Amino acid sequence: MGSQGGWGQSKEFLDLVKSIGEARSKAEEDRIVLNEIEMLKRRINEPDIPKKKMKEYIIRLVYVEMLGHDASFGYIHAVKMTHDDSLLLKRTGYLAVTLFLNEDHDLIILIVNTIQKDLKSDNYLVVCAALTAVCKLINEETIPAVLPQVVELLGHQKEAVRKKAIMALHRFYQRSPSSVTHLISNFRKRLCDNDPGVMGATLCPLFDLISADVDSYKDLVTSFVSILKQVAERRLPKSYDYHQMPAPFIQIRLLKILALLGSGDKQASEHMYTVLGDIFRKCDSSSNIGNAVLYECICCVSSIHPSPKLLDSAAEVTSRFLKSDNHNLKYLGIDALRRLMKVNPDIAEEHQLAVIDCLEDPDDTLKRKTFELLFKMTKSTNVEVIVDRMIDYMISINDNHYKTEIASRCVELAEQFAPSNHWFIQTMNKVFEHAGDLVNVKVAHNLMRLIAEGFGDDDEGTDNQLRSSAVESYLRILSEPKLPSMFLQVICWVLGEYGTADGKFSASYITGKLCDVAEAHPSDDIVKAYAVTAIMKICAFEIAAGRKVELLPECQSLIDELSASHSTDLQQRAYELQAVLGLDGHAVESIMPADASCEDIEVDKSLSFLNSYVQQSLEKGAQPYIPENERSGILNISNFRNQDQHESSAHGLRFEAYELPKPSITLRTPAPAPAVSSTELVPISEPTYPKETNQAAKLSTVTDTGATELKLRLEGVQKKWGKPTYSTPVPSTSSSNLKTTNGVNQLGQATLSSHSRDVSYDSKRPQAEISPEKQKLAASLFGGSSSKPDKKPQSTSHKTSRLGNPASEKPQVATASAATTELAPQKTAPVQTPPPDLLDLGEPTVGDTIPSIDPFKQLEGLLGPPDVSSSTNSGTVSVTQPPDLMALYGDSSLSGVSSSISNLVPTNLDSMNLVSSSSSAADHGGSKVALSASLKKGPNPQDSLEKDSLARQLGVTPSIQNPNLFRDLLG
Amino acid sequence: MVYPAHEQVQSLVLFDRGDQPKAEPRSSSSSFLALDPRFLHTLIIFLFASSLSLSKMIRFILLQNRQGKTRLAKYYVPLEESEKHKVEYEVHRLVVNRDPKFTNFVEFRTHKVIYRRYAGLFFSICVDITDNELAYLECIHLFVEILDHFFSNVCELDLVFNFHKVYLILDEFILAGELQETSKKAIIERMGELEKLE
Repeated sequence: MGSQGGWGQSKEFLDLVKSIGEARSKAEEDRIVLNEIEMLKRRINEPDIPKKKMKEYIIRLVYVEMLGHDASFGYIHAVKMTHDDSLLLKRTGYLAVTLFLNEDHDLIILIVNTIQKDLKSDNYLVVCAALTAVCKLINEETIPAVLPQVVELLGHQKEAVRKKAIMALHRFYQRSPSSVTHLISNFRKRLCDNDPGVMGATLCPLFDLISADVDSYKDLVTSFVSILKQVAERRLPKSYDYHQMPAPFIQIRLLKILALLGSGDKQASEHMYTVLGDIFRKCDSSSNIGNAVLYECICCVSSIHPSPKLLDSAAEVTSRFLKSDNHNLKYLGIDALRRLMKVNPDIAEEHQLAVIDCLEDPDDTLKRKTFELLFKMTKSTNVEVIVDRMIDYMISINDNHYKTEIASRCVELAEQFAPSNHWFIQTMNKVFEHAGDLVNVKVAHNLMRLIAEGFGDDDEGTDNQLRSSAVESYLRILSEPKLPSMFLQVICWVLGEYGTADGKFSASYITGKLCDVAEAHPSDDIVKAYAVTAIMKICAFEIAAGRKVELLPECQSLIDELSASHSTDLQQRAYELQAVLGLDGHAVESIMPADASCEDIEVDKSLSFLNSYVQQSLEKGAQPYIPENERSGILNISNFRNQDQHESSAHGLRFEAYELPKPSITLRTPAPAPAVSSTELVPISEPTYPKETNQAAKLSTVTDTGATELKLRLEGVQKKWGKPTYSTPVPSTSSSNLKTTNGVNQLGQATLSSHSRDVSYDSKRPQAEISPEKQKLAASLFGGSSSKPDKKPQSTSHKTSRLGNPASEKPQVATASAATTELAPQKTAPVQTPPPDLLDLGEPTVGDTIPSIDPFKQLEGLLGPPDVSSSTNSGTVSVTQPPDLMALYGDSSLSGVSSSISNLVPTNLDSMNLVSSSSSAADHGGSKVALSASLKKGPNPQDSLEKDSLARQLGVTPSIQNPNLFRDLLG
Repeated sequence: MVYPAHEQVQSLVLFDRGDQPKAEPRSSSSSFLALDPRFLHTLIIFLFASSLSLSKMIRFILLQNRQGKTRLAKYYVPLEESEKHKVEYEVHRLVVNRDPKFTNFVEFRTHKVIYRRYAGLFFSICVDITDNELAYLECIHLFVEILDHFFSNVCELDLVFNFHKVYLILDEFILAGELQETSKKAIIERMGELEKLE
């Protein structure tokens, strides 16, 4: 405080800021700002303004602009200020221009000169100011103007200048990579700079360079590793420490670079193993920044050539993240899991419940991250659950961008892993129904093709089944009031093609439905076109089958309406339909064969069937056909002449011959059959129809090629069904460790190395007991179906089960879901009361979001038949809280629990020391609380006070968690 | 066929400078975006990536109060004025009502906003979707520590009245969208030298 008057601004300006601050509405604020703008416009152009005053005006312009108003009238004054000799004014001028101008602004050209001059200045502060401006203002065209000077500054004696010069070059590289490629050796040299700041800055351009071309920098691996080692060993000056971590931001950057360099390179990776292991060991996991470094380590480990030992450490950290109460860490944990899964697909299983918790979390960011993970771990066994979840979520959100993304993911998964035709159709229906207009047209076409072609096996029966189930579901869906256009197109096509195929529905019923569709969407020409074509097909099939077609009156009126439509496409279709109705069965059958959408249409490009006709014409004296390229060559020449010489005076008689008739008509009319069927098959090319008739030859050839393309598309598409993405599970490396540590664990000993694993193991168990709903979900997500005898109560048998078959551990949880609920009280053996559960109790805020759920009801549900509980829980985002309560109940119902708790407490303490302790102000504070939370929940005021004072001692600005402090902060 | 969103849109938009950003695994695995007026919004999104060929950098930094008033806005990618206002409005709406227990990260269009609340002020920083979120969260905190040190016990009013100084500090801390200096001491010393001139 006290700074308000002390910074040399005039009272006027302070008043302005104050009045803006006190403005009660946006309108009032705007009024004040507009007044200010008027005033500035007037004053800034006055002659002989004192420099100090001018500086303030410029700052006021910045302020006005920051509030969202246009201050462009003053830009030129800011530019002028950069010319000033006084550093203070110059700095202000540069600041203002970097805020006002984009790199392509016209005024830049006025500044380049000044910048050039300033880069040569003796005063290093001037040079710094100029370099800051360089980073923002110099565009591709002006790079050459300053480049030599900037390069020269790399050798400047002041480290601040060297650093900024590096950053400027980095910016140049981003703008135009070719401009600095000859300077790469300079970057390498700067890596060895004495000043850690310069070295740290050099990592930015090097990261970009390396990600563009890894191989040229392999020689730097050892340098990077040794730098990282030195940083991790605290060899850098203390001032780079942040929250007791040695230069963490530099570490993170180095780890990113190592991840690039070690990717797919065993030799390079082996250099890194030691230092990565060191960081895993030393890193302080109680602070945010420590976890940030650890997370980066995981990213690195998952990217380089795998080392089992490091992967173990990474898995350990990941599980700690996932078990944390802190949402940020959970988020990182999910992401880390996704990364590690690439290396070891089994790793997710261990954390299934944590993943499900995240999936049901009310925090959208976390949820989306989890979907990302699920997307990666989808296989044919769990696709149904995952896609169902995704669709539910998709329906619930409004954000079109994400909706599109998740819809296409659903489609991708469904196409790849669909367990059955029926499920596939249902899923696609849902996707189309809720996000139909957001998905790509291709998806619709794929679906239609799939229904038409079947699933590739030659069994005609299943294909027919698929089709009739599609037809049935579509007829049902048509009663929905509002459907996306794309979906209606699919429906119309399928009904037209297969509506009457299995004889279940009468032709008049289907046509009636199709008429309804067309009528319900009077403004959607595409849907109408699809509908009328579908009607035509139905009629044609009827005629071909020898039945008499009686058009419904509404159908007739639709045709009448369409034949007078403004859209020539619709007109054409209507007339075609009428024409088809007039033909006899035999003719119709040949132009509209049933179920022939997959037949390849032979396009006779050379039109050989017309040969005799052409021959006849030639004999009668017709002109021979001149190929288009020859013809157009001639035409071009004559056109040139025309335009150049005669065109202006060409209103008189025209002496050149008219252009030859283009062959479009001959192409089209004699071959109606391919043309018609092409409209059916390539609905997307329909819009070209009208154009085609207006324009000439070129377009007609386009249709032809369109048809052939279509043919190609039909053939060339690979079948995606059942293609496994993941290799069969390999026994995870961690499981072998687990079995040993479990034994230790049961004895209550907590060695540091085995510790966190124990906790993870334990915590999973009771949670699993608690929520059958979750178990089910977990089972369906992670496990197969093999059942296991229920041996849980005894920890030893437990261990053996793990020993014997680590991979099938999940199924056990799954199938036992019914049994576990009843067994819950017995099962909560003392040792299994897990610290994380207690931790969970300490987060009542999550519970706040789901007040609708009564814990006691949950309790009943859980103790009762499992189906009851699952029905209460189903679909909610909430279940986290109540189950934890359950755990508590379960515990207390046991006699002799107290002793077990006493056993547990020390363990708890240890683990907490690992996780929290000396928590920096930035931490979420939950961990300490958790210690006391075994008895009591809610934040502990004493703790927060302690933390407060600790923070003050450290001179650290406290974070969000301490409202009192904010009041202090605000004065 | 799947079109990685980046490539398709990039080839459409004018500012393709030859070196297209590599489609990150996350984005390429998903979304097909049709070239369709409905996706104009998405095109606008790619303005972010516009003239810069590489994706890992800070796009912008915002300081806003609870009412959404901008206290500081620094853009490291060129944006239109109107687009800036939209961004500021949207970011504020995204962060202001989030539960304090939730993650400090929010997806923002095709990027990610990492935010942190200090009293009534939100510090938001927009970065690439695959960057290390927690590191940027701490980067915000480091910035606040620097401010706190410089203004000795910083409060919102300090920032309001001395926003130009805050810009200067920020320029010492982050340059061209990258952290240029992570030593609090170095930055404070540099600022001290500038202050002496006043």
